Order: sequence, then C-alpha cells, then structure tokens
Amino acid sequence: MSKAAIHWVGGPVLRADVKGPFHVHEAVSVGVNELLGEVIQLDGEQLVAQVYEDTTGLKPGDPVTGSGLPLSVPLGPGLLGRILDGLLRPLAEESVHFYAPGTVGQRGGRFHFVPLADTGETLAPGAFFGRIVREGPTMRCMVPPNVSGTVESIVDEGEYAETDTVCVLIADDGRRHELPMGHMWPVRRPRPVQKRLSPEAPMVTGQRILDTLFPVARGGRAALPGGFGTGKTVLQESLAKWCDADVIVYVGCGERGNEMAEVLDEFPGLDDPRTGRPLMERTVIIANTSNMPVAAREASIYTAITVAEYFRDMGLHVALMADSTSRWAEALREVSGRLGELPGESGYPAYLASRLAEFYERAARVRTLAGEEASVTIIGAVSPPAGDFSEPVTSHTKRYVRSFWALDRARAQARFYPAINPLVSYAEDVDVLARWWQIQGNPDWRIHRQRILTLLEQQEKLERMARIVGKDALPAEQQLTLLCAELLNEGFLYQSSFSPIDRYCSPERQSAMLRLLMHFVDRSAETLAAGAGPEAIGEVPVLRRLRRLGEELPEDDPEEANRLWTAVDRELGEINTGGDQHAR
Amino acid sequence: MRGDLTLTGAVRRIEGPLLYVKRSASVGLNEAVQIIDSEQRQRVGRIAALDEDKMIIEVLESTTGLGLGDTLIRLRAEPLVFPVGPGLLGRVFDSVGRPVDGGPPVPAERRMRIDGLAINPTARALPRDFIETSVSTIDLMNSLVRGQKLPLFSCGGLPHDRMATEIAQRARLRGGEAGEFAIVFVGIGVPHDTAEAFRTAMESSGALEHTVMFLNRADEPSTQRLLTPRFALTAAEYLAFTEGRHVLVILTDMTNYCEALREVSASHGEIPSRKGYPGYMYSDLATLYERAGCIKGLAGTVTQLPILTMPGDDIGHPIPDLTGYITEGQIVLARDLDRKGVYPPVAVLPSLSRLMDNGTGEGYTHKDHPNLAHQLFAAYARATRVRVLASVMGMEGLSDTDKRYLKFGDVFEDELVKQAGPRTLEESMEIGWRLLRVLPEAELSRLSDAQIERYIRQEAELA
Ligand SMILES: Nc1ncnc2c1ncn2[C@@H]1O[C@H](COP(=O)(O)OP(=O)(O)O)[C@@H](O)[C@H]1O
Ligand SMILES: [Mg+2]
Repeated sequence: MSKAAIHWVGGPVLRADVKGPFHVHEAVSVGVNELLGEVIQLDGEQLVAQVYEDTTGLKPGDPVTGSGLPLSVPLGPGLLGRILDGLLRPLAEESVHFYAPGTVGQRGGRFHFVPLADTGETLAPGAFFGRIVREGPTMRCMVPPNVSGTVESIVDEGEYAETDTVCVLIADDGRRHELPMGHMWPVRRPRPVQKRLSPEAPMVTGQRILDTLFPVARGGRAALPGGFGTGKTVLQESLAKWCDADVIVYVGCGERGNEMAEVLDEFPGLDDPRTGRPLMERTVIIANTSNMPVAAREASIYTAITVAEYFRDMGLHVALMADSTSRWAEALREVSGRLGELPGESGYPAYLASRLAEFYERAARVRTLAGEEASVTIIGAVSPPAGDFSEPVTSHTKRYVRSFWALDRARAQARFYPAINPLVSYAEDVDVLARWWQIQGNPDWRIHRQRILTLLEQQEKLERMARIVGKDALPAEQQLTLLCAELLNEGFLYQSSFSPIDRYCSPERQSAMLRLLMHFVDRSAETLAAGAGPEAIGEVPVLRRLRRLGEELPEDDPEEANRLWTAVDRELGEINTGGDQHAR
Repeated sequence: MRGDLTLTGAVRRIEGPLLYVKRSASVGLNEAVQIIDSEQRQRVGRIAALDEDKMIIEVLESTTGLGLGDTLIRLRAEPLVFPVGPGLLGRVFDSVGRPVDGGPPVPAERRMRIDGLAINPTARALPRDFIETSVSTIDLMNSLVRGQKLPLFSCGGLPHDRMATEIAQRARLRGGEAGEFAIVFVGIGVPHDTAEAFRTAMESSGALEHTVMFLNRADEPSTQRLLTPRFALTAAEYLAFTEGRHVLVILTDMTNYCEALREVSASHGEIPSRKGYPGYMYSDLATLYERAGCIKGLAGTVTQLPILTMPGDDIGHPIPDLTGYITEGQIVLARDLDRKGVYPPVAVLPSLSRLMDNGTGEGYTHKDHPNLAHQLFAAYARATRVRVLASVMGMEGLSDTDKRYLKFGDVFEDELVKQAGPRTLEESMEIGWRLLRVLPEAELSRLSDAQIERYIRQEAELA
C-alpha cells in the first residue's frame, strides 16, 4: 500500500506528500482514526484528497494510506431493508444517539444461499451462481462484471455470512477468485450491460398527474424541480412507496434527518400494493443528511446509482429517488472551491454539466450481462435557489431528463397537491407509452391526455380573458370550458399523499376516473348545445361527487363508477327536459 | 488528551480575523486555541487550516489590540467546548458562554463540543406532539410540534419579537402533563432592549427561572456572532438530552448571523456564491437547525423558533431561501397585514408546517382538524385570486360565487388571522367552521359529506 503524509489540511480537503504511486479516485485511509477519503488530484509529489468524515483533529504529518483500489462500495444481499450512509456503511443502531466520526454499525447478517452453478461450469461476467432465499425481491448472486472463469468449488445450500466465500472461480489466466454473495464495485464506474434498450413501458407511479399526463418510462429519467415547500420530498416518498419498481433506492442527499426518520418509521408498516409485502423489504435508504460531512454528500449520489445498477443486474426494475441533486451539485461546488478551481456559472465548477449528464446517463432499460431485461429509472429532485428554474442545476438537468415535473409555488400555497404545474411540465416518451396503455385496456389514454392538456391550456387563456371582460361576459361554451377544467383539476389532478384512499391510484382506477370525467365533459357540452345554461350545469349535485372523485371512487369498485355514470346522464338529462328541480 | 501548550512570539501576520502563526507544536484542525494579548486578555480562536510549518488561526473575537511579538497562543488540543452542568436555568451568558449576570460559573459536569454531533437519523423519533401556541394561524393552519424547527420569516419593523415572546409564554401541550420545560433565548446581534423586553416578559409570566439567555451584542465582532447559537444550542442539548426537558430555543435574528457568515467568509478570501454569501451557507445553517429534534428513548426535546428578517422583504433572498430549504416550514409575516392593523400579521398562504400531518388529526388534535385546514387554505387561496380579479375590473364582472369568496377573504383576515388574545385550538376551529359558512356548500370539496352536515348545515341552523 502506498503511503503519504499530510502536508496541508483545511475543511474536508487535504494535500499530502506521496511516497509511492497513487491513482485518481483511489480510496485512502486518513489519519490515526482511519477516516475514509478519496484522491481527487495528483500533482507531482503531492496528492489532493477529499475526506468523507469530520476532519477535526487531523494534522500535518498524519498518514494517508492508499487502498490500491478506486473508491468502491460493498454490494450484497444485506443492503435491502437497510439505512446506510453515503458510502454504504450501515448507520449505527438506534442506541447510538449521535453520529460521531467512525460510529458506523456492522452490516452483518446471514443469508440462505442456494447454488445455481455446478463445479466445472464456465461462468461469464455477470452470470448467476446462486440465489438467496428471503422475503421480498428475488435476489441472486452474480459473478462480478469484470470476472469470469470455471467453477472450482461452490458451497452447498445453507446459511452463510455476507462476506463468506461461497464460490471459487478459476479465470482463464489461472487467477483464483473467491466470491462471496456480493462484491465490491467502484462507485464512479457504470456497471457494464449487454445492451441498452429503448423505453417500452411506463414506470407506474400511482400518481394520476404523472401516469396520465407526464409519465416516466421504465429506464427513464425525470426531474422534479421546485422551491422549498412545494412538495418534492412528499412526491419522492410517494413514488418510493407506490411505484411499480422491484427495488427502490432512496437517497437523502443533504436533506433533513427527520425525513429519513419518517421513511424508517413509515415504510415497515406499509405494504407494496402489488405484492402485499412490507415496503421496507424492497427499499434501500442511503442517508447523508445536511449536517453530515459534505464530501460524502458528493459520493452518496454515485453510491446510490451503483446500488441501483447492482440490483438491475439481477434482472430487476429499480427506481432511484435522489433528494436532492442540488445538494450534490453544491457539494461539488464546495470541494471545487477549496481546490481553488476556476468557478463557472453561480460558482459551480465548469464540469457540473458533464457530471449531471454522466449521472442521468446511468438510467436505462437494458439487457443485462446475464441476458435479462431490467432497468434503472432516476427521479431527481432539484432545489433551485428562490425557485428560479433558470439557475445552472435546473437548466442543465433539463437537458438530460425526458420527464420534467415542475412544481409550482402558487399551487403549493393553495395546498393543491401534487403541485405540479401541468402547463410547464412535459414528458417525451408519450408515443411509446400509449401502446402500453392500449394493452392495459385503455385505448383512449392518449386522446384523453391530449384533451385534458388542451382544456387546461384553454382554462389559462380564458381566465386571462375573464380578467379583462369579466367571467359573466364570456360565451356559454367558454364558461363551460372553465367549469370542466376546474373539475379536472379538482377531481383528477388533486391527489393527497396523506389520504388513505387516494394516496395510490392504480392505472385501472385512473382510466375509470378519466372515462367518467370525460363523460361529464362530453355530456355537459351536449346539454349546453341543447339549450341549457352553464349555471344550471354547474349546479347538478353529481358535480360534488366528481370533484371529490379521488376520495369517493375507491380501488376495485366498478359499481360506484357505473352509478356515477348514470347520475351524470340522469342529472344532465333532467336539465334538458326542462326539469328544474336540481337547481337550488 | 494532551495538556495545554503555549506558543510565544509565533504570530507572523494578522489579517482581519486571521492569525498566521508559525507551527512549532503538534495541533489538529478545528482545535480550540486561546489568544492572550499583552494585557492578559483572553480571546477564543480555532485552527482553520494548517500545514507543516504554518497554521491559520481564526480569532473568534475582535483582533483589535493584538500584536505580533507579544501575543501568546495557548493550544487546547481539543475542539471548542462549552462546560455545562446543572444550574444553567435562570442564567445569562455572553456570546461565548461566559456568565454576564454576576453569578458564579456554572459547575462543569460535561464538556460538550459546541459544534454538536449530528443526530443519528435512525435514533430520531418522529416529532408528533402538538404544541398549542394559542395563535390560530399556527395552531389551526400551520401546527407546531415538539422537536420541530419552525422559523418566523419577518420584515424589519414587524412585531416578530412580540409574537415569539407570546409563544414562549403560552406554548403548552394539550391535555397531558407538560413535563419539565425550558426556554433558551439567543439574541444574535440584537439591540439590548429586545433582550431586556424578553427578559421582563418572562419574569412577569414567572418563567424566568426556566429561561437561559445568550446575548451577542450588535457591536461584537462577526466571528463571535457565529459562536453564539452554537453555545446556546449546546446548552439546549444538555437541558434536553441530559436533563430531560422540553426546550424551546428562540434565535433572533438569524439574518445577523448570516451577515456575519458572509463577512467572515469574505475575510477568508473565499469565492462567494449568491449575493456574496458563501456557498456553504446551506450546510452551515443546517448544522444549527438540524440540532432540533426528538431522540428515541430520551425524555427531552429541542424545538427551534428562529426569527429572521428578510432583507428587502424578499422571501427569495438567500437567507430565507436557504433557511426554508432546511427548516420544517416557515411562518411568514407580511407588512400589508401589519399595515391593516392585523396582529399577528401572518401571511397564511406562504406559511407552512411540514410536520403538521404528523401531529394533527385523529389521536393528536381533532379528527376534522386537517380537512378544515385544507379547506380554509383552498378557499383563502381562491379568495386572494378573486381579489386580484376584482382589483382589475371591479365587483361588477364577478359571479355571485366569486363575490362570496371576496367576502370570505376579508372575514378570514379580520376574524381568524387577527386575534386580540390567546385562543385554544377549539376556539380557532370554531371560527374556521363559521367562516366557511360564508361560501356556497358546493364549493367545499375538501370537506366530507359528514363534515358539511355537522359543521356547516347543523351549526348554521343553530346560529
Ligand atoms: N402530494 C402531497 N400530498 C399532500 N401534501 C403534500 C403533498 N406534497 C406536499 N405536501 C405538503 O407540503 C409540505 C412540503 O412538502 P415537501 O415535499 O416537504 O416540500 P419540498 O421537499 O419541496 O421542500 C409537506 O409537508 C406536506 O404537508
Ligand atoms: Mg424536501
């Protein structure tokens, strides 16, 4: 192991005089407490490293020891259901109240291993040699992507520790690889795949405004920008709870400790709507809260995507929620500042854009090395200063994502959730995803989606006009348009994450709600054409039911949908036949 | 621990708050030092950066009067600590934790790092205990819970100090026993009268013996201003997590703290970020605000009520903006309400309590509380939109419904926001239901049929 001695130290950054070879991005151990660090620059006889822990007490002369390996994290079956720090070390158990440098817990745990390969078999990189019997997503053990060889020995079925060798491979060059159930992988190096595939199906989120208006594909990338308090975290958590991924990697990057506590408090008690299993079983939480060391905040995003790719390589669909990518960018800026690099826009280093691109590029639907179809979907929250989307992190992110969910302060202040502004947000994979909805039995998805967006756009235009001439002066059709747009907002787009009935909405229920609301839009237009006034239409009692549709139409209740459908027909019909009895 | 070590004649250069010192002994980053001048006056400092033969000491007080030759540096071989112990309550300290009330020093039972340690996220208990502040716009609309950090975003000249004082006097848990409580008042660069007014108020309500005060005067150097909240929060943590008390920390004015941070950063020659504030201001503020919370298995809690004045009344200014990204909501005060004579002048729409959902509703406050609040928010938001409409084209073009919204907006401010004295949550809720009766029933889509029946129809009949 190469050695160096600290020469200068300030904040999380140090310079050391080297005595032996080091590499950029090599993991190092620093000082007597063996703090974890990473080489970020080499300059003649000196190296510059960032340290992932509190540097209090470090001093010149303290040793820096190279690991010979790039900064890597231990991947393995012990990750699921856990909360870990930005470098995948388990956070200490509850009884340790304060997170002092070095107080990380033990990962430990034993797993039931079933061999899937035989002695003498040749295994390619990424091939499966075992599986783990446990509740939750199917976990398999694979040959690291940079290793292959012939099985010299493999253990029998049984309980093993995560670090026990379970399989021994002899590579072509004669090297012996002792494989435990998991393996180490460098965080900054994307894990290889056979092939990248184009998007095909949506990642179903259970949030109507997303699935119906601004879907994200499996293997897609979405950004969620918004000022403070507009609902980024609640939405990210809702997606983590209800989306149809097999594994969730949730990274709290520079955000609140209480939010991590909340996830830990809530998830174990909630069930995955598809499998009925506790949500925690499919979740990995990576926490680097705002008061934890800044450099580890920078690494935590890479750690998270590496974990996501690892589960992807088992043939799973993985969703990565990153809250917030802006804090990661700020960590980059802070370290760059300490290195005295030339600042670019808003003080961010010039390489900000390429780092963002590299990160989002790691989301994809792929054919894995083992030949399976799998995906990593990234949902990144962005926290623009003063909610201004023209700032560097938001504007660069926008270039690399395909779904853009813009949160809006005015909607949030009216407590209209999710506060996504439908006129600013977009999704680029709609054409492809329409086919999926067709297969699901909703051939009208695309048309309905288009109609809602048009209505919402007209609403904005008409409201602007009404501001000049007065609402009463608008022609009847336009007044009806306003009524219908308002109805779609209230009855369809509004969805509270805290409502036990409405926090999740299956695609079937979304289709049913949409059909019902569109039925009202069509029938009311006919009623108007037949001579009824918009006021009379606005007073039919069923409107209250439709405005509260999210609360009133539960999952799997086609009867209720039918009842409301006939109520729409009847009540609007009664206006037509001159029946005045519903006007109060 | 190594013993203290004293260096003489080692200072090479003094530049703003920084001393460039020849390093002849082994010291570590961030460790505390004492700087002793020719008149034996002691100042506090810490090691900001060091290499093999130099170190940079940040003097955390004024450098006035320091010389090169006659300054002594005493190395403490540990980070800055605050010796705390029983008997903190009722005392008054200066910026750096020295008693200024003429009393004896506090017995040092524990020497705690003033920077604190991050609370282990797995050890955090979710804050859920509703605190009744007796302010309707907080209790009903933006509820505060124990262990929350909820700042007041104010503007110069608004009655934020009065509000904070009243909250400190009245805050209580509903029903159950209140436990031991304590109040930590942290005056950061505020005028003497502000601190004195607070002290008198606490005295008159008999809470002074539960109060600790930390006072940083407006004329003290900025480096010192950065320490005051750290000493105070260390005391708060001791009171909460060692003595088991429920501690409410009032920090005023955090804008002065941020200005000091900007000044110190500039003196270090750092590259500024937005509006000259350092790029790490978010992380720095987080190290203060994240010290609020509840811990599993420990009796006490730390609740923070920071106050800041928004420069230029602009909520987008980096100080309120970064604060809002860290704290669990914000209570925003508005000048126009104040001008209209509304006290407390809380702008309800931009205010938010992120922990409200944890601490209200069935089993916490009242099962209909959350829906009532949501409906009031939706209606008041609509009312403010109609107001804009009406201001453009007058009342004539408004529909009947819109006119009723306009009315709702006015009574909401006059009867719910404005209050002459304290109110219980029940009283606030009662006003809320009454105001909603101004609107057509069909508009109340956040309320269930049962809620409409019970609170809108039946109550209307009774009235
Ligand atoms: N989808 C939602 N459903 C219900 N309430 C929400 C929703 N989104 C946000 N909120 C409310 O808004 C508050 C702030 O949301 P949060 O996600 O913490 O904002 P951000 O992360 O953007 O700062 C939450 O505490 C919650 O009360
Ligand atoms: Mg958030």
